[in-house]
Parts: sequence; C-alpha cells; structure tokens
Amino acid sequence: MIKSVRARSMRSQKSLLSTLLFLAAALAVSVPASAEDAGEELFGQCKGCHEIGAGAKHKVGPHLDGIFGRTAGTSEGFKYSAAMKKAGEDGLKWDAEALAKYIEKPRDFIKGNRMSFRGMAKEEDRKLLIEWLTAKASEAPAADTAHKVDDTGATVRGFADAVLALEGDKEYGQYLAGECVTCHQITGQVEGIPSIVGVPRDYFVRAMLEFKNNIRTNEVMKLRAANMTNEDLAALAAYFESLEPR
Amino acid sequence: MTKFTRRQFGVLMGSTAAVMSLPVSLRAQGKPKVVVIGGGAGGATAARYIAKDSANEIDVTLIEASEKYTTCFFSNLYLGGYRDMNSIVHSYDKLQSNYGITKVTGRAKSIDKEKKTVMMEDGTAIPYDRLVVAPGIDIIYDSVPGYSEEAAEIAPHAWKAGPQTELLKAKLDAITNGQQIIMVAPPNPYRCPPGPYERISMMAHVLKSKGVDAKIIILDPKDKFSKQALFQEGWDKHYPGMIEWIGPDVHGGIKNVDVKAGTVETDLDTFKGDLLNIIPAQRAGAIAISAGLANDKGFCPIDPESMRSTMDPNIFVIGDASIAGDMPKSGFSANSQAKVAAMNVRGDLLKSKVFPAKYSNTCWSLIESDDGVKVGGQYSPADGKITATTNFISQKGEDAALRKSTYEESIGWYSGITADMFG
Repeated sequence: MIKSVRARSMRSQKSLLSTLLFLAAALAVSVPASAEDAGEELFGQCKGCHEIGAGAKHKVGPHLDGIFGRTAGTSEGFKYSAAMKKAGEDGLKWDAEALAKYIEKPRDFIKGNRMSFRGMAKEEDRKLLIEWLTAKASEAPAADTAHKVDDTGATVRGFADAVLALEGDKEYGQYLAGECVTCHQITGQVEGIPSIVGVPRDYFVRAMLEFKNNIRTNEVMKLRAANMTNEDLAALAAYFESLEPR
Repeated sequence: MTKFTRRQFGVLMGSTAAVMSLPVSLRAQGKPKVVVIGGGAGGATAARYIAKDSANEIDVTLIEASEKYTTCFFSNLYLGGYRDMNSIVHSYDKLQSNYGITKVTGRAKSIDKEKKTVMMEDGTAIPYDRLVVAPGIDIIYDSVPGYSEEAAEIAPHAWKAGPQTELLKAKLDAITNGQQIIMVAPPNPYRCPPGPYERISMMAHVLKSKGVDAKIIILDPKDKFSKQALFQEGWDKHYPGMIEWIGPDVHGGIKNVDVKAGTVETDLDTFKGDLLNIIPAQRAGAIAISAGLANDKGFCPIDPESMRSTMDPNIFVIGDASIAGDMPKSGFSANSQAKVAAMNVRGDLLKSKVFPAKYSNTCWSLIESDDGVKVGGQYSPADGKITATTNFISQKGEDAALRKSTYEESIGWYSGITADMFG
C-alpha cells in the first residue's frame, strides 16, 4: 500500500522511477503466498501444452476441463497415442491418485505415451498442483487462464485467422514436413522434442505464428517459422492434423 | 589386427549372401529402378523416402559396405562417455522389412553412366534408372605429411565412426597425469565443422571427471573455426588452462607427423603427444571421384534446385560428397538434401509433383554436461547455389537452463533423425 501511494505521488515527476516501483510492486504480488498461487505457478510447467478453465481448447495436449473422473484417452476431439487409449481401455480413470502417479514420471506410468514432460519429483508439488487442478477444473467460468492465452496471442490471432481461412494442400504439407520430422518423429514418439502428430490445426498455426513473432523463443523453431508463408503454414497444419499417432 | 580382419571377412560374407538373395533378373521387372550408393544420413534417408512415397512403384536398392551403420554424429558423445557404442549403431532391417528396400552389403567399384549400371567389387552389375550417390567423405591421408592409413592405427583420425572411434576412446581413457593430447584439425571443407572442437570438449570432460591433469593442444590449419567464441568461452569456464588452440599464424604450418615417435613438427616447434588425433583433409568418397562426378577440388557440383549432378542428369549427389553451397557438411544437411533429391527422383520416374527445393540444418554441440550449443540455417536455391536465407547461433553467456534444454533437444533430434533414416 505504502509503495503504491508513493509511486502515485512521484509519477508526475520521475516516470522512470515510478515505473520501476510499479514493477517491484507487481513482482511482489506474483510471489506465491498461498497454496492456490503455488499451484498456479506449478501449472506453468504444463500450460505450454494444456489449457484449463472456461473456453479451454486442445493444444499439443488435451484441455483439462472435466479431467477428474474421466477415463484416460477419451477427451473428445483429441488424438491420443495408442498407449494412452489402451490405458483407458484397460480401465485407467483420472483421479487425484492416478494423476499424481502419472505426473511423477509420465513415461514410466504409461509406457509409450507422448506427453513431453519429464515428471514432477516432489510429492508436495504434485499435491499442490492437483489441488489447484481440482479447483480449476470444477470451477465454473472464472476463466482467467483462457483469457491470458488470448492476450498473449492478440497480435497473432489476426494472422492465424488469415492462415486458417486457407485450405491447406496436404501433399505440399507432406513435402514441407520433411523438414519437421527430422526432429519431431512421425510416429508421435517423444524423446526430448514434443510430438506434433495429430495436433489441432488452429493450435499448430498459432504456435508457429508465435515463433514467427518472437512470443515463443526456441531458436530452431523461430528459424523454421521465419521463412514460412501463409500457404506453407496452412499446408503443414492440414498435414499434421491429418496424422494419427502410432 | 585380428579383429579388423574378421570384420572385413564378415563384410565379404555378407555381400555374397546378399547378392545371392537378389531377384534372379533385376532388369526383367517393369518398375523403374533406383539405386542408392551409401547408407548414411543422406543415402538411407533418400532410399526410405523414395520407397515410402512411391507406393511400391519404384524398386529401391541400397548399396552399403557395412552390415550396420555407426553414426558419426553423437560419436563424440560416446568418446565423452555419455553414450555407449550400441546406441549409435543402427540396423537396416526395417528399411528392408517395412519399405521393401533391397539392401546390398558390399562396395560399389564403378559406375557405367552410359549403361546406367553400378559395378560392384565382387563383379555384380546393378542397373538403375536413377542413381543417388551418397558415399560421404574419404580421408586424404597424405594431406598431412607423414600420415597414412597404417599410421591411423596408431594415431586415429576417427573421422568415420566405428573401430577408429573405439581406438581413440581407448587411447583417451589411457591418458594419465602429466601427459599431452595433440589434435591436428582439418582444413576446410570437411565433415562436421564444429566436430573437432566438440571432440576436444569431450576429451577435456573425460580428463576432468577422472581428475587427470593433462593438456590438450589443437594445431589448426584454419585461422578460425565453427562456434569458436562459444567453444572458447566454454573451455575457459569448464576446463581452465587445459586446452590450447594454436592457429596457423602461430604454428606456421604442419611440416611432418611421426606417429611412432608421437611428434607433430610445425614451423614454430615440434610438439610431443601421448595421443595424436590427426584429422586430415577430405574429399568426396572414391566412387564419386572415379565416376567423374567431382570437380578438381574433390567434391561434386550439383543443381541447387534438385541435388542433381551437373555431370549426369540421371545421377543425384547428396550429403558430404556434394558441393552444397552455404550448407555445412552435416548429417542434418544430408538428411535434408536427401528429401529434395527423393522428390525429384520420383518426379523423374513417376511424374509426381515436384515442389521448390528447401533445405535446413541444425548442428548441436556439447561442451560439458548439460552445456549444449547450436547453430542452424535455412537454405534455398539462389545465384546458382544453395544459399542461406536465415541463420542463428547460440549466444555467449546463455543461462544454464537454456544450455541444458539445448542439450536435451539434441538428444531428441538424434532419436528423430535416426528414425527418419532407418524407419
């Protein structure tokens, strides 16, 4: 409180200093003070691939609304690995206990699944995250997470609409994909590099545009995205969406 | 020596068996025939893409001297103790069983361009409609005075992965306190531009982790090298005082190497090493040269739109043997070029669609555990050659988390590219 009052009083005189103080105040707020904040911060490791809350969509991973009580591999509209579908057929249902085991070591819990996450070693972290997920997934609108995603993508959204309006040439996409599959395996196998097999078209396009616009920072991907035309992106998105993970 | 002979014998046995299992008459079949010489990052990828994308309409034969392939990329990580040998050895089984490719284990001796036939060392003739030549590099032993193929059994080059790499590792592991390693680095152009310097890093890592107090000297014919600032920053940070790089303006040129005495003579001084790693100059694999596909500099000119040889329209040259403009000689580059060549081969034979050529490359190098760096580029045909359109390189002073994720990315790439080559 004192800080913000002081900042206000000085703004007219020394704008730089006031900005710094303002940032300091903002930072102070973002330090996790509660279990909820800690859970949200831990979700930072997941949100590159998963959305949660009202309006959440599938990205590289399925959205997590309604996850508790759902049979593994059954969220509508998401293309799961054969391993995840099999786990569901064998009776795996997501509850706090199963989810905790899964995120501890995803590759050991369901062998051959394609979630590109090493695991969360600390039991305490897993507990906090799952509590947070439980609250978010069952919560009605709230929705600030989904909102944030839109904000970061605001510049990108316009471009994305232009690309998505094009009908991607899958044959051309397959040729261009030669460049992608040197690292992103065509089988959907994940070993240090995320799978892009079967990813939804709109997510693919948005992610590539985020590389192109420096919102995402991986240098290899920024380079690949830099030279791509809208036609290239539409073709690649159509091609990868059409693939089924093995 | 005994081991070496047995290996050779195995290769011969393999080739005889493979030839006997060939269809009685290759020519009698109606399908167009593609022969690929060389089963590395270029050749294996080309064979797989031609077979997979032609819906069984093209007969693909892959000629490769080895039963199994050892990748040069990541062989430095074997040297550093991060990978075992098995993890960089790959079989051709899936290319045969899943893609219907005929693997011939043997050496191509010559190419009859008039008759469109590859002559094998054992006398077999293999006809083709289109030929992809991907033999990689040959070592020019005498480009370093005093060095030879025999000398490489004492002072390994290890620039082709396999027994040479194992020999280098054994010698590295035997280095003790107070000893010295000398590398003679290769002149441009050569396979894997950052490779010698990643190797130096891996040698230093092995010595450091065992607490061995030894020195490494690099005698370089080049006045600068790939990722130089990144490597030198990393060496200062992780291996202070251990590595000394000496450029040509200081040593004045390599005059002679005596592998038995363990000496490298330069204008400046005679250096004594307990382990010599001599990496000579290189040229396109012998088959490309004997077939007249190379220019007087020893590498093969190509059309940048297609990777087609400028010497023969029925032949494509890809990978380290080709002159690929701004692209470095790397496994990634060869894999990228193979896809352009494969598309053009199918275009020639099946009249399938041919899109404009696009190429890409990324080279990752490991400096110390979890300290990875990378360099990459995108390329297109322009001004009669393959020309870089965009580039990037890791920055000095990057934080540890980024360097670690760069290393992890390289592991993902290794799995990816080997799956892309071998199915």
